[in-house]
Amino acid sequence: MNDILRSLVESFGPSGHEDTVRSLIAAQIAGAVDEVRTDALGNLIALKRGDGTGHRIMLAAHMDEIGVMASYIDEKGFVRVQPIGGVSPLLEVGGRVLFANGVVGVISYEKLAAGEQVPPMDKLFVDVGATSRQDCPVALGDPACFLQPLCAVGGHLTAKAMDDRVGCAVLIEAVRHLGKTPHECCFVFSSQEEVGTRGAMTAAFGIAPDVGVAVDVTLAGDTPEPAVRMAVALDAGPAIKVKDGGMLATPWVKDWMVDTASSEGLPYQLEVLPGGTTDARAIQTSREGIPSGCLSIPCRYVHSPSETVSAADVANAVKLLTAMLRRPLPR
Amino acid sequence: MILEALANAFGPSGCEQDVRALLLEQIRGRVEDCRVDHLGNILAQQRGTSDRLRVMVSAHMDEVGLMVTYAEDSGLLRFVTVGNIDVRVLPAKRVLVGRERTPGVIAVKPVHKTTAEERGRAFSIEQLAIDVGATTKAEAEKVAGRGDYAVFATRFQDLGGTVTGKALDDRAGCAILVELVQRGPYPFTLCPVFSTMEEIGMRGARVAAFAMAPDVAFVLEGTVCDDSPKKRDESPTTEMGKGPVISVADRSVIADQRLVRHVVRVAAAAGIPLQIKQPGKGGTDAGAIHLARTGVPSLPVCVACRYIHSPVSMLSKRDLGQTVDLMEQALRRLSPEVLAAQDGLQEVPRP
Repeated sequence: MNDILRSLVESFGPSGHEDTVRSLIAAQIAGAVDEVRTDALGNLIALKRGDGTGHRIMLAAHMDEIGVMASYIDEKGFVRVQPIGGVSPLLEVGGRVLFANGVVGVISYEKLAAGEQVPPMDKLFVDVGATSRQDCPVALGDPACFLQPLCAVGGHLTAKAMDDRVGCAVLIEAVRHLGKTPHECCFVFSSQEEVGTRGAMTAAFGIAPDVGVAVDVTLAGDTPEPAVRMAVALDAGPAIKVKDGGMLATPWVKDWMVDTASSEGLPYQLEVLPGGTTDARAIQTSREGIPSGCLSIPCRYVHSPSETVSAADVANAVKLLTAMLRRPLPR
Repeated sequence: MILEALANAFGPSGCEQDVRALLLEQIRGRVEDCRVDHLGNILAQQRGTSDRLRVMVSAHMDEVGLMVTYAEDSGLLRFVTVGNIDVRVLPAKRVLVGRERTPGVIAVKPVHKTTAEERGRAFSIEQLAIDVGATTKAEAEKVAGRGDYAVFATRFQDLGGTVTGKALDDRAGCAILVELVQRGPYPFTLCPVFSTMEEIGMRGARVAAFAMAPDVAFVLEGTVCDDSPKKRDESPTTEMGKGPVISVADRSVIADQRLVRHVVRVAAAAGIPLQIKQPGKGGTDAGAIHLARTGVPSLPVCVACRYIHSPVSMLSKRDLGQTVDLMEQALRRLSPEVLAAQDGLQEVPRP
């Protein structure tokens, strides 16, 4: 599991440029599913057939990560960038980015104006060691991800792109361990979630499932003076979403998760997230409406280069998801 | 030049009928199938030498404008903006108002009567009104009632190397699409779409893409150009006179990488200069089109237009011509293989 997660989080995959992650996942699930395809937006859709007595279930974890895109190369060869997804300049400064061609850059910033405490995006620059516009190895429009290897921190794991490669890892493990199921399970490794759940929209339309479940990270409120006060902690089990900024989980989908966890004796916690949303919102509002929910992995420092999760929570999320998929739907 | 008639036509979002009439006239006889949908989009089809692909090429008919909200007892017409307009550009501009396209002026206090403090401050839209020369509420209401539109009265001008006019965003795109239809057929079914209501949130294109269900989409736009000299060394967004523009990522879409590579190669092979628009800025109909149904690989192809969303914009005639040529070549060389073609984008084999 940790090997898969390491290769996933350390791969390059800003929104719209998920090719490497997609190839990696396709290789990991080959043989464990009945059909695999990619759609027009680059979603990887893997189908595992049921015994014909169940329903069509869409599971979604997104392959893409936040990052930056070169928006201007100045005359001294410094690269200006625009965010891909929700990027905070505060968390970027001093960090490093990796471009698709292997070029590494250091993120720093111009002198701030009086009263400015955090550099605005247009005062950030990426130093790729160039001396002029002509010798800069980065071109306008090139995307980059953060550069940060996976490390164990006590019982926790920290890396860039844990959002949502950890969800991808959970789906891969679930595919491999599922065994027999009554349901037609469509495992979707979605594209472009960080720029507005775009991949899940078209995937859900194409699949037209009876129910949708996203697997994604959520914030944790268990650090000193957290910016967002919420009752989710690491090591307390996967979180079953009740609500976030874009979705009210369909009550019976939430209950399906809760009842499965209770009967399997698995730890869980309920999640009410004040802002943000997941692919579950896109699935829920697709076509004529699709009952949907989200199984969350509690994560500290989301959208920083050191997103941190509990290995135990991840393992329990795999157990909960596979148990859910083996039972009949509550309706 | 068809662009002249298009730019002069009255067509704010939701009121595109004059532009639509001009365009229907232009493409008649060149397409096999042509209809106007419930949102006012023109949906056409031109049969190609093959039907292996359906390729939607779209441009939006609507322009930013104004809508009358109230006729005052004084005869002045209050208004709101339709689409994104910087209110600071409005005072003292000529407009055409209402169903009869009556000339009017956006009222402004004479400089003689303003204080230094007033001159240092921009007007808010609540302080502005359209003066059509009416002296009573009843007289004003004969010109335009609540809900009637106004647009800038700017007339198109050819300055030699460049042209100026209102609404080059996106009548430039419409003119390019007309020319591409004239130069057809192509090796696929071309689906030309002239869309409505882009400026208020890509509304027409959303339903047009659902109806056309294309395999690929190109969106033709007159886009932001900010190439005036600056103190800081920063991006000009795009530059006028430096050739056609592609947008690889903006607020609304991340362009399909296969189409980006295709157009970059075609431009290089044809010796046409190509600019990449500063990522992260603006949005186009591609934002709605690429999310239709099961998804549509999409790419915005643009002409750099200075001063868009103001009473007058400017573009280079050479840029416009090169954009038509680039799109023609890109379409002629488009095949299902381009979409399957890889360069690092590995399509997972279907069992």
